[in-house]
Amino acid sequence: MKAVKIKENVYWVGAIDWNVRNFHGYLTQRGTTYNAYLIIDEKVTLIDAVKPNLTNQLIERISDIIDSRKIDIVVSNHTEMDHSGGIPKIMELNPNAELIATANGVKGLNAHYKQNWNFKIVETGSKISIGKHTLQFITTPMVHWPDNMVCYIPEEKILFSNDAFGQHLASSERFDDEYPVDIIMEEARKYYANIVLPYYKPVKKVLDDLKGVDIEIIATSHGIIWRNNVGKIIEEYKKWSSGEVTKKAIIIYDSMWNSTEKMAYALSSAFETKGYFPVICNLQHHHMSDIMTEILSAEYICVGSPTLNNNMMPAVAGFLTYLKGLSPRDRKAVAFGSYGWGGQSIAQIESNLTESGLQVVKSFRAKYIPSDEDLKKITEDLVAIL
Amino acid sequence: MKKHKCVVCGYVYDPEVGDSSGNIKAGTSFESIHDEWECPICGATKDEFDEEE
Repeated sequence: MKAVKIKENVYWVGAIDWNVRNFHGYLTQRGTTYNAYLIIDEKVTLIDAVKPNLTNQLIERISDIIDSRKIDIVVSNHTEMDHSGGIPKIMELNPNAELIATANGVKGLNAHYKQNWNFKIVETGSKISIGKHTLQFITTPMVHWPDNMVCYIPEEKILFSNDAFGQHLASSERFDDEYPVDIIMEEARKYYANIVLPYYKPVKKVLDDLKGVDIEIIATSHGIIWRNNVGKIIEEYKKWSSGEVTKKAIIIYDSMWNSTEKMAYALSSAFETKGYFPVICNLQHHHMSDIMTEILSAEYICVGSPTLNNNMMPAVAGFLTYLKGLSPRDRKAVAFGSYGWGGQSIAQIESNLTESGLQVVKSFRAKYIPSDEDLKKITEDLVAIL
Repeated sequence: MKKHKCVVCGYVYDPEVGDSSGNIKAGTSFESIHDEWECPICGATKDEFDEEE
């Protein structure tokens, strides 16, 4: 396996995970990569590692450039195992290497691996010279864990951004000018919506911190490296973190005998009437991580479930839990559902949506099977408040 | 004295425990912590905390 040259003496030495489709509940239809970077200098430096089971790829790619026992410095920008998983092997090969992380990073690495490694703690403003290159650090807590940081090399104008600006996308191409940029951007959107969304305030802070930084290359820890669209992806992050919405309405539901589904289509008609772009997602067919990508720019989130044994359907409950964690704020919401007798599901959905910080503007209930008249009324009632 | 939760990372400030890393002594109510104090986990500022029921 080969290393890929990023710039003179800077190489990509990561791993390609072609077959992963479930990343802790996130559907990764295009697989992913774990990007590690090797800098050849007076002190040979490795920035991040890979998922544990792909450590052999990391070692092989490092060995394409240099003996894997010649590493002096290892930078761990983020403790999560898809990046730190290869560190135990690297430290086994290089027991005297200095392992650089934030204070929270050191705590995390200790909790994960329980090794007495040669740690060095850095914070925003810390600088370490490795010869011709300088490593500068900016801590980025909660983008995506408390331990996160990014590393910048001013001599090469490369930002090693870890999870920020990343995408789950497996490819042999490494740069954004080698791959269809619309696909990269769509995967970056999905990544933001499913991983970064709750942390919009820390993201804004990071974007502020990066304002004065001259960036030519954003070397992410997942997916494709940005060099032609650096400004564009930063602009998109600004837009996404601002919570900007478009005239989109996402209608999410599960159904037993198609009654709740009929209501979903009645809501959709109302949105169409008022010039919105509705999206209909039956949870039996749409993955919740794909739904989140749609929600990122949606003004309305409508959630429906029939009542099953005095409760909402399990798929709807699962989706609402996922939504609450990702907490897209300042959106309007609609709850709806059909029922036979109890009808508890609709109130449960309302309460979940409210707890997620959404404003429930209307609820619709239908007993057993909504008639054409009932459906027409649902459409009219929603049109009236849009 | 009520506990307060960081809305960014979920850390809970418990006045009975205080925050040793931020030099906040046990027994300090959330309200009396100085304004420059930050969440010991994620660095969020005091206005990012919600009172816990």
